[in-house]
Amino acid sequence: MAQDDILARLFPEGHDVRVADGIATGTAPLGDATATVIGIADATPLGVEGALSLAGAVLAAVERGDAAPILVVIDSGSQRMRRRDELLGLNEYLAHLAKSLRLAEARGHPTIGVIHGHSAAGAFIATALATRMLVGVPGANPTVMDLPSVARVTTLPLDRLEALARDTAVFAPGLDNMVAVGAVHRVLDAEAPLGAQLAGLLAEMPDRDDRDRLGAERGGRPKAAEIAARVVEAARDA
Amino acid sequence: MSRDAASWYESTARARIGDLLDDGAFTEFLPPGERATSPHLALFDLPEAFDDGIVVGRGRLDGRDVFVAAQEGRFMGGAFGEVHGAKLVGLLRAAFEIRPAAVLILFDTGGVRLQEANAGETAIAEIMRAICEARIAGVPVIGVVGGRAGAFGGGGLIAGTCSGLVATEQGRIGVSGPEVIETNHGVEEFDARDRALVWRTTGGKHRALTGGADAFAEDAAAELRSAALGLMDAAAPFDAGTLRAEHDRLAGRLERFGSAQDAPEIWRDLGVTEDVPALDTAEFGAVLDRIGGRHGAR
Amino acid sequence: MERLSYGHDTDAPLGGDRADAIHGVVASGNLEVLMERVLPAGRCEVEIATPLSGYEEVWAAVVSDFVERVQPGGVRVSINDGGAQPDTVMLRLLQAARLMEGGR
Repeated sequence: MAQDDILARLFPEGHDVRVADGIATGTAPLGDATATVIGIADATPLGVEGALSLAGAVLAAVERGDAAPILVVIDSGSQRMRRRDELLGLNEYLAHLAKSLRLAEARGHPTIGVIHGHSAAGAFIATALATRMLVGVPGANPTVMDLPSVARVTTLPLDRLEALARDTAVFAPGLDNMVAVGAVHRVLDAEAPLGAQLAGLLAEMPDRDDRDRLGAERGGRPKAAEIAARVVEAARDA
Repeated sequence: MSRDAASWYESTARARIGDLLDDGAFTEFLPPGERATSPHLALFDLPEAFDDGIVVGRGRLDGRDVFVAAQEGRFMGGAFGEVHGAKLVGLLRAAFEIRPAAVLILFDTGGVRLQEANAGETAIAEIMRAICEARIAGVPVIGVVGGRAGAFGGGGLIAGTCSGLVATEQGRIGVSGPEVIETNHGVEEFDARDRALVWRTTGGKHRALTGGADAFAEDAAAELRSAALGLMDAAAPFDAGTLRAEHDRLAGRLERFGSAQDAPEIWRDLGVTEDVPALDTAEFGAVLDRIGGRHGAR
Repeated sequence: MERLSYGHDTDAPLGGDRADAIHGVVASGNLEVLMERVLPAGRCEVEIATPLSGYEEVWAAVVSDFVERVQPGGVRVSINDGGAQPDTVMLRLLQAARLMEGGR
C-alpha cells in the first residue's frame, strides 16, 4: 500500500506527515492525543541520514515531554548497503534510533509500529522491532532474507527450502511467520477502519517485552522464552 | 604460554572468559550439560553445539561482580539463532533484576543465523531492548569486539546499543558485510577481497578514531580487561541528555565526514597524518590521546 | 545427521574429580567433546552426532582406541562433530579427558 493511502487510512481525521527521500515525519491525531509519526516509505533502504532524522523526530518528542504516542509506519528496504554508510558507522545510527524509541517509552510515550509494506534486516530492527507493540497490515512482507538468497548462502536447493518453509516459521519471509515468532503482536483487520483499531491499541500495550512468550504460544519460537527464563533462574541461584 | 599472551582473535569463547575474568570465578548459566541446543539446525542437517555458540554466566572482573556473554565465532559464524539469542536476553533480564557491576558482551558474530532468521532477528530486537533496560537500571553494558567475526549485522546494532565499546585492531564493527555490499552493488562499490580497504572501513582503529569505539586495545585479554574496567567506570546514564549528546555527535560526524570517499581522508581531517595501519598499539594510543574525542555519548 | 553410540566396559575409572568438561568447537573439520562423570566406574558410553554418514567403522575404531588408551570409566562422552578427521577426534578426546583429570 502506498504511504499516502496507508496514512489516510490510519489517520482519517488528517495528518501533517511529510515524506522526503523516503523518510516520513510529522504528527497526526490519535485518540485524544497528537501522535508523533515517523516512518519509511516506498521500500526505501535506511541509511545514516534517514536514521538520524527519524531519531531526531523521536528525541524532539521526548524533549517536548508530552508523553504522546509515537507511531512508526514502515514500508522499507533493508539497511542501505553502501560502503559510505559503513565508513560512517551505520550501526551507530541505527542503534541510536532504536535507543531513542526505547527512551521515549521510558518517558511515557506509547510506541507502536505499523508494518504495511516491506522491511528487512537492520532497518526492521531499528524501527518497527524497536517499538513496544508491532502490528501488521495484511499484505505486509517483512523478511530477513529472501529464499533464493538463503538458498545461496546455505547451499540448500530452493525447492527443499520452500518445502521446509511450509513446516516452520523460523526462517522464511512473510508476515505470518513474523507473527508466529512473536515479533508482530497482531494483524489488523483490513476490512475495518484502521484508525479506530490503532487508537484501540493504546489500551492494550504490553507492560513488558512479551514477544518470546507470544512466540512460544504461537509455536514459531518453541524454546526462546523457556531458555531466557532458565537463565534468569540460574542467575538468581548463582 | 601465559594466559595474557594468548591472542584474543585466535581464542575461543570459553578461553576468552577464562582469560578475561579473575581466576576460578566463573559460573556458567545453562552449561553444555544442560544441552540447550538449537531446535532448528537439524532441519538443515547441520550439527548442533551444546551451548548453541554462546557462553553466559557470572564471574568477577578485578573483584567486581559481572555478568558475561561470549559468542563463539567459529560455530555458525557466531550468529544469533533462537537459543543463542535467548541466552543473552535472559542474561540481560537477570542483570536488570540482580544489578551486577556490569554486563560484558564479548562479540564474535556475523549477525542473524539465516537458518533461524526470524527468531534471530526478533532476538536481536529483544536484546537491544533488554540492554536499554539494564542501562536504565544503572547497569553498564560493555561490549568487547576483537573476534574473527567482529560485530556485524544485528551484532553491530547491539554493539551500538552498549554503554561502551572496546575494540582491537582486528575487531571489525558494521552492519552490512563487505561481501554483502559487493554482491548488491558490485566490486566498484566495495571490493571485499581488498583486505586493507575492509580494515580501514570497519576495523577497530577507524572506529576508535571516529567515535564508533570508546577504547582501543591490544589483541590480548589483559589489555581488554583494563579497557573494559575503564569503560565500566565511565559509562553514561541512559537518559535524554546522553541520547541528545549522541545525536549531536552523529550529526556532527555526518556533516564533517559525509562526503569523504575513504577512511584516510577522514583521518587527515582529524589531524592524523601518520600511517594509521602501521602504528602499534602504543603509538596509536598516543594519536587517540592527541586528537581527543572521547565522548561517552552512547 | 547420523547418530552413533558405543558402550565399553573399562578396567579403571577416569582419574580426577571434575564432574564434567567440554573441549573443542563445532566447526568445519572440528568437533566438540563433552564429558560427564555420570556412569558406573567401569563403564564408558560415547554418543556421536555427525553430518557425514558412512564412517561408522572409523568412529568405532577411534572410540575403541581411545577407551583402550585412557580407560575413561564412569564417563559419558557426547560428541557434536563438524566433519573432523580421525586424528582430530582422538586429539580432542584426549584433551577433554585431560581436563576431567584436572589438567588445563
